[in-house]
Amino acid sequence: MAREQSSYESFIKGLWRENPVFVQVLGMCPMLAVTNTALNSLVMGLATLFVLMGSSFLVASLKHLIPKQVRISLYIIIIATFVTIADYTILALLPAVHKELGAFIPLIVANCMILGRQEAFASRHGVRMAVVDAAGMSAGFMFALLALGGVRELLGNGSLFGVDLFGPGFEPWVIMILPPGGFITLGLLLLLFNWIAARKRAFLAEVAATEREML
Amino acid sequence: MSIGNGVKEPGSARLALSLAFAGFISGLAIIAIYEATLPTITANKAEELRQAVFRVLPGVTRIRKFESTPEGLKENPEARGEEVVYGGYDPQGALVGYAINSAGPGFQDTIRVLYGYAPAERRVLGMWILESRETPGLGDKIYKDAEFVANFEDLAIEPQIVAVKKGTRSAPNEIDAITGATISSKAVARIINEGHQRWKGRLPAPDGQPGIEEAEQ
Repeated sequence: MAREQSSYESFIKGLWRENPVFVQVLGMCPMLAVTNTALNSLVMGLATLFVLMGSSFLVASLKHLIPKQVRISLYIIIIATFVTIADYTILALLPAVHKELGAFIPLIVANCMILGRQEAFASRHGVRMAVVDAAGMSAGFMFALLALGGVRELLGNGSLFGVDLFGPGFEPWVIMILPPGGFITLGLLLLLFNWIAARKRAFLAEVAATEREML
Repeated sequence: MSIGNGVKEPGSARLALSLAFAGFISGLAIIAIYEATLPTITANKAEELRQAVFRVLPGVTRIRKFESTPEGLKENPEARGEEVVYGGYDPQGALVGYAINSAGPGFQDTIRVLYGYAPAERRVLGMWILESRETPGLGDKIYKDAEFVANFEDLAIEPQIVAVKKGTRSAPNEIDAITGATISSKAVARIINEGHQRWKGRLPAPDGQPGIEEAEQ
């Protein structure tokens, strides 16, 4: 991170090039556990967004006051506080969704993506960049959750966001809702993501080769 | 954070203090959000329970809260916990039935069920899941699948409720289990059966049911 990136670049890298799930393979626990429906994925994504942006903002603001020997413990205290706030807020405002997500909201504390961003980014950058980076990473995380949740709900229940799409003739693939479906879908999505990245690399190499020939 | 620029190491006291301070601030924030959301959360839960009582006892317009005591049922609007039943009354003031709480282990965790029971006919009138962590997409159909919930509208409770393979329901005390969630379906049946065993001796005889007049003080 020697080079100062623009805010746009910083946001996009979290969404795509350094996507926390598909590239860094972080945050697998909520990724596999709550993505059986698109709605659960969305709420989980929003809760993670709130926690990551809040924590990154505080860590970047207080970075000069945090002694480096106890920084990890302090990051965890900050993250856990935001998670508790998110937990109670969802319980008060969306009790039905809270019922669905259950233990996985408190478990956001243990999402290594969040602690990872504090250590790797927020503690070394300004407040604005830290917040942009957090927004990008959360957006990338939510994109991945929705991709997985959408596929699993569509195949496993024949619906998307609870709206029935295929009618009564569709026999749901029950396995997609269950844990193995999460692993299978994640594996296939990682395959797709890496295939696109490999194609892009090959294309860029080809363009570079053509340019050299032209010279 | 200053990394490797030769700054003197901070003493243990400073480290401990910064952690204690962070813990204190965090504690304050958590207490604040807890206090701020508690009234809404409590109100949500009470409202959900009230709605559930009306759902499991069709045709009911007024409810009374009873507590089971060694001398029989006693009205107690403040009662909590296991020993509480709700009596539901129709507009004429006649008892429709009781809404009874029962809980037991499901496939994942404890399931809490509220069911409506008509003591004269010995039938279940309706069922509502108050709390469950059953597998999303499968076990959660015990409350999401309207067809399954409809099984419990007018269901014979004696000798006991039996969950059978979907589509093979034939006797008045049988329910169609959910395909792919047999354990959860059987758990609901078992929880209601256990609730019935616990409560059938404690409810007053059909001719001695508490009327609505007593409720209007």
